[in-house]
Amino acid sequence: MNNLNTRFVFWLPVFFIPSLLFAGDAVQSEVTQQPTNIIAITMFLLFVAGTLGITYWAARRTKSTKDFYAAGGNITGLQNGLAIAGDYMSAASFLGISGLVFASGFDGLIYSIGFLVGWPIILFLLAERLRNLGKYTFADAVSYRLQQLPIRSLAASGTLIVVLLYLTAQLVGAGKLIQILFGLEYYLAVVIVGILMVLYVTFGGMLATTWVQIIKAVLLLCGASFMAVAVMYHMDFSFEILFRTAVEVHKNGVTIMSPGGLVSDPISAISLGLALMFGTAGLPHILMRFFTVPDAQEARKSVVYATGFIGYFFILTFIIGFGAIVFLVNNPEFLDPQSGGLLGGNNMAAIHLSKAVGGEFFLGFISAVAFATILAVVSGLTLAGASAISHDLYASVLRKGEVREGDEIRMSRIATVGLGVAAIFLGIQFEQQNVAYMVGLAFAIAASVNFPVLFLSMYWQRLTTRGAFVGGSIGLITAVSCMILGPTIWVDILGNAEAIFPYKHPALFSISAAFMSIFIISKLDNSVSGHKEALAFEAQYVRSQTGLGSGDSAQH
Amino acid sequence: MQHLYRQIYADPKFHQLELKRGRFSWLLTSIILIAYFSFILIIAFYPELFGNPIVKSSVITWGILIALCVIFLSFLLTGIYVYRANKEFDRLVDDVIKDVREIDKATLNE
Repeated sequence: MNNLNTRFVFWLPVFFIPSLLFAGDAVQSEVTQQPTNIIAITMFLLFVAGTLGITYWAARRTKSTKDFYAAGGNITGLQNGLAIAGDYMSAASFLGISGLVFASGFDGLIYSIGFLVGWPIILFLLAERLRNLGKYTFADAVSYRLQQLPIRSLAASGTLIVVLLYLTAQLVGAGKLIQILFGLEYYLAVVIVGILMVLYVTFGGMLATTWVQIIKAVLLLCGASFMAVAVMYHMDFSFEILFRTAVEVHKNGVTIMSPGGLVSDPISAISLGLALMFGTAGLPHILMRFFTVPDAQEARKSVVYATGFIGYFFILTFIIGFGAIVFLVNNPEFLDPQSGGLLGGNNMAAIHLSKAVGGEFFLGFISAVAFATILAVVSGLTLAGASAISHDLYASVLRKGEVREGDEIRMSRIATVGLGVAAIFLGIQFEQQNVAYMVGLAFAIAASVNFPVLFLSMYWQRLTTRGAFVGGSIGLITAVSCMILGPTIWVDILGNAEAIFPYKHPALFSISAAFMSIFIISKLDNSVSGHKEALAFEAQYVRSQTGLGSGDSAQH
Repeated sequence: MQHLYRQIYADPKFHQLELKRGRFSWLLTSIILIAYFSFILIIAFYPELFGNPIVKSSVITWGILIALCVIFLSFLLTGIYVYRANKEFDRLVDDVIKDVREIDKATLNE
C-alpha cells in the first residue's frame, strides 16, 4: 500500500504541469465560457471525492491480474447490468439524443433504437459463449484455437483504434461541455478528465471502474427520471398534451412527429443501422465487461438488466427532448438573442431543461452528472485499451504467456498512463475539429473488425488464422478508407468538392468486405495449421456451450 | 479437460441441447433483425407511413408508437430468452456435464 501511495503522490505534479502551461494561451480564445457554477462544481467535487475513495478501497483489493482486468470475476448480474449501462450511456447519448429530439423530434428515436437493438443480439449470439471462452479480453475468445500472434495483434489494433477514436471524441466533447457548464478552461477540463480516468484505472483497475460506472448510471437514471416526471407533471401526465404542445410551439410544427431528413437514402439507412447494431457487439470496453461476472448465467442476466436500463433511458431522453421543446422554445432566458437558437447549441437542451424544471440546484446536479458520465465512459475505454496492450500484446504475444502477474499489471498501469497522455494530447489537438464522425468511425470499425472475427470464431468451424487476420484487416482498411474518402471527412473536413466514396456510413460495405474475405481466404487455406484449427473447434464448441473449463480451472 | 470435451461432443444429449438452444437464439435474433430493419426501411422508403396519426384526433403518429414498441420488444425478447435459459437450458447443460463426469469416474475405477 505504501508503495501505491508514494507513487500516487509522485505522479500528481506531473499531471498538472500541462494544465498550467496551457492555461495561459487559452484565455484569448474564450468566447462561450460561462460564469463559474458553484453548485455544479461542489456536486462534482463530491462525486470525485467519493469515486477517489472507492478507488483507494479498490486499490487495496486489486492484487492479481484477475482483480485488475475483471474485478476478480465477482460482480453480480445486476451490478454488471448497471455498469454496462453506465459504460454505454455516454454524454453524447444523453445530451446528443435529447438535443436531436429537441431539434427534429422523431428522428432522435432512430439513433436511440439503433443503439438499443445491438443488445438483444449480444445476448442471443455472443454473451454466454464469450464468457465461457475468454478470460479478460475478447481476443482471448477469438484466439482460443487460432494463432496468438496474428490474431491478438489484429484484435489489439481493432481495440486500440476504437478506443483512441472514442476517447478523443469523448474528451473533446467533455472539454467543450465543461467549459460551458462549469466555466473552466477547455485545456484544464480535458486534463482533469484525463488525470481522473488514469487515477481510477491505474490504481483501482476494473473494480474501481465498475463502481464509477454503477454510481454514474444510478445518478444519470435518477436525474433523467426526475426531469421526465417533472415534464409529464406539467403536462398532466398525458403524452397527447405533451406532443400537442410541442407541435404548437416548434417551428417545424407537426412534421416533428414523423421521420424527417436524417435518414434519406436506403443505403445510408441500412449502413447506419448495421454500424450501430453490430458496432455495439464489437466495442472492446463493452465486451470486456462480460468477464467481470462469475459465469454465463450472470453474464446473461447482466444483458437483460442493461437492455432494460438503456431502453428506459432512451425513453426518458425522448420525453426530455420534447419537454425541452415545450419549456425552452419560447423562453428568452435560454435563447441566443442573435440567432434565436438555443444558448450553447441544441446539445444543451437537457441542461437548460434541468434549470427550467428544477432551478439552479437541479441544474448543478445535472451538470455534475454530465461530467461524471464522461468520466465513467472514458475510464472503461482506457481500461479496455490498456488491457489490449498488457494482456494481448505484452503478456500473450511478446512474452508468450510466460509472465509474472505483477509484471503484467505493471505493464497495464504503464499502458494506462500512456493512453491517458495520448488521449489528452489528441483531445487538445482536435479542439477546433468536428469530432462527431469519430464515434461513427469507431462503431464502423468495431462492426467490421472485432465483430466479424469474434462471431465467426465461435460459429464457423472452418475459420482459420489466415482468414481471420487478412479478412479482419480488410474490414479495417475498408472502413477507414471509405470514411476518409466519404462526405464527412473528404468534403466537410478536407474541403474537397466531391466525395470519392458517396455514402456517409461505410459499415454496409466494410462489414460485407470483412465477412466475404474471411470466408474466401479461410476456404482457400489448405495449410496444416488451418486443418488443426478446424479440428480444435469441437473442444472450443463444447466449452462455449457448457462453460466446462471456464472459471477458475481455466488457469491451469 | 480435452477428453471430457470429446465425450460431451459424442453425447447425443449435448446435440439436442445445442440444437434446441441454437434454434431459439436464432429465432429471437431474426425477430429483432426483422423488426429493426423493417423500421429502418420504412423510414427510408415510405416515411409518410410513419407520419399518419394513430387516431384522427391525435398528434401521436404510428412512427412514434412503433418506435416505442421496438424498444419494448428488445427488452421483452431478452427477458424471454433468459427465462427459458434459466428454466430449461441450464438444467440440460448440467445434465450433460453430470453424465460425462459419471462415465469419467466409472472408467477411472475400472
